[in-house]
Amino acid sequence: MIPSSFEYMRVSTVAEAIDALRHDTDAKVLAGGHSLIPAMKLRLSQPSKLIDISRIPALNFIRDRGKYIAIGAATTHGTIATHKTTVQKLPLLAHAASMIGDVQVRNMGTIGGSIAHADPAADWPAVLLAAGATIVVEGSTGVKKIPASEFFVDFFTTQLGEGELITEIHVPEPTVGTYRQAYAKFVQPASRFAIVGCAIQFELKDGVISNAHVAYNGVLACAFRDAAVESSLNGQPLTEATIENAASKAGAGSNILSDNFASAPYRAHLTKIYTKRALQSCLA
Amino acid sequence: MKIPIKVLINNKEVKTMVEPRQLLVFLLRDQLRLTGTHIGCDTSSCGACTVHLDGNAVKSCTVLAVQVDGRSVHTIESMAGSALHPIQEGFKEEHGLQCGFCTPGMIMTTANLLRTCPNPSEHQIREALEGNICRCTGYHNIIKAVQYAADKLQKEVKHV
Ligand SMILES: Cc1cc2nc3c(=O)[nH]c(=O)nc-3n(C[C@H](O)[C@H](O)[C@H](O)COP(=O)(O)OP(=O)(O)OC[C@H]3O[C@@H](n4cnc5c(N)ncnc54)[C@H](O)[C@@H]3O)c2cc1C
Ligand code: FES
Ligand code: FES
Repeated sequence: MIPSSFEYMRVSTVAEAIDALRHDTDAKVLAGGHSLIPAMKLRLSQPSKLIDISRIPALNFIRDRGKYIAIGAATTHGTIATHKTTVQKLPLLAHAASMIGDVQVRNMGTIGGSIAHADPAADWPAVLLAAGATIVVEGSTGVKKIPASEFFVDFFTTQLGEGELITEIHVPEPTVGTYRQAYAKFVQPASRFAIVGCAIQFELKDGVISNAHVAYNGVLACAFRDAAVESSLNGQPLTEATIENAASKAGAGSNILSDNFASAPYRAHLTKIYTKRALQSCLA
Repeated sequence: MKIPIKVLINNKEVKTMVEPRQLLVFLLRDQLRLTGTHIGCDTSSCGACTVHLDGNAVKSCTVLAVQVDGRSVHTIESMAGSALHPIQEGFKEEHGLQCGFCTPGMIMTTANLLRTCPNPSEHQIREALEGNICRCTGYHNIIKAVQYAADKLQKEVKHV
C-alpha cells in the first residue's frame, strides 16, 4: 500500500511549522507517523503536504519545571517510558507509555501525535485526564493552555484548531507518598491498543481517598472522567468494599462503543473489571 | 516530485532521490536491493520489516524514506561479520526459525532488546518481541535463541 502523492518539508522551529500550516490548509503535521502513515497508506487521509515536526528541538524534551513536568509534544512514547525524570516523578506516565503498542511503535510514536489524533482507544488521553495534565497549543494567534479535561471532545476530535500545533504537555508532579496512581488496560492482542483502559489517580491521607480522578479510554467516543465512580471513592477508606462499590458504578453510561472486538455489554463489563484491577493495584 | 536524501545505511553513505511517499522498506528492498528486510503485513503489525533507526528498532513499512534523511539505518545485512552474529547463531543453534520469513525482524528487535537489557528474563523477551509475529515456530525456540545470544554476548563482554 502506497500513499497518494504529497509534498514534504521538514521544519526546525514551531514558528516555521505554524507558518507552513497557515499557507496550506490541506497540509498536515507529521510527528512519528504511526497513526498518519497507516491512514495515508489506506488513502483515508490524503494531505497535500506533510510538515515534519519530529526534529524540532523545542518539541523534544522532558523537563522538571518545579510544580510540573513539561513534556515536548514530539517526545516518543519510548523516551517517556525510560527517561529518568518521567520514571522517577511521573511513574504513571512512564508505566502507561511502556504499555503502548510494541517497542517499534514506541520508538516512533509521540505523545503529541497521539493526543492530536485522539483515537478513542489510545492510552494517553485517559492517562492525561487522570494525571490532571494541561495541553499547550500554539497557533498564529498565540499560545493557549487547555486542561486535558476540556481537550478531548469527540471521536478523533479535540479542541485543537485549524493551523494549531500541540507544543507541550504539562503534568503536575504528584506528591510522592500521598498519591496513588494506576493504569490498567485490556488489550487487543494484535495492535495492543486498549479495548478498555482505566487510569486512576487519587490522594490517600490517613487511609482515606480524596481528589479521585478516574478516566477511561476505549469505552466512549473519547476519553472521559467518570464522576459517579469518582464520588463513590472520595471520602472512603481504600478497602476492598470501596473498590467493589466503585467498580459497580463503572460502565453505566449509554453510547458505549461496540465493534468487532467487543460488544457494548462486554465493554461495560470490562470497564468494571479494569476499574477494580486498577484500584486493587493501589492497595499494595 | 523526487527530493534528495542522504542516509547512512549499514555505515555506508547513500545519496539518492526519493518521492516523499516512498516508504523506507521500499527504498531498502527495491532501490538498494537490501532484500533481507521483509514485508509481511504492510500494516505495522508483524515486525518482519524491522530495521534500526539511529540504533532503535522501527517498522520500515511505516516510516517514510524522507524521515530518515540525515540519519543512520541498520538492516539485517549489517549483522554478520566474517562469522554469524551471536543472535543469528542463537536462532540457528536453537531452531528459532522454520520458514525464516519473520527472522530478520526478530533478530533486529532482539538486538534492540539486548542493547538495553543484556540479561533479559523470559517475560522481558516475550514482551520485547510483542511486535514481531511468527507463523511457524510457536515462539518457544525464539525465546531460547534470544537467551543463547544473551549468554554468548555476555561471555564475550567478560573476555574483553
Ligand atoms: C501497530 C500499532 C500499535 C499501536 N498501539 C497503540 C496502543 O497500544 N496505544 C496507543 O495509545 N496508541 C497505539 N498506537 C498509535 C501510536 O501511539 C501513534 O504513534 C500515535 O497515536 C500517533 O503519534 P504519532 O507521533 O505517530 O503521530 P502522527 O501519526 O505523525 O500524527 C497523528 C495525527 O496527529 C497530528 N499531529 C501530530 N503531532 C502533532 C502536534 N504536535 N500538534 C498537532 N497535531 C499533531 C498529525 O497531523 C496527524 O493528524 C499504535 C500504532 C500502531 C501502528
Ligand atoms: S511489514 Fe511492517 S510490520 Fe509487517
Ligand atoms: S519462522 Fe516462519 S514466520 Fe517465523
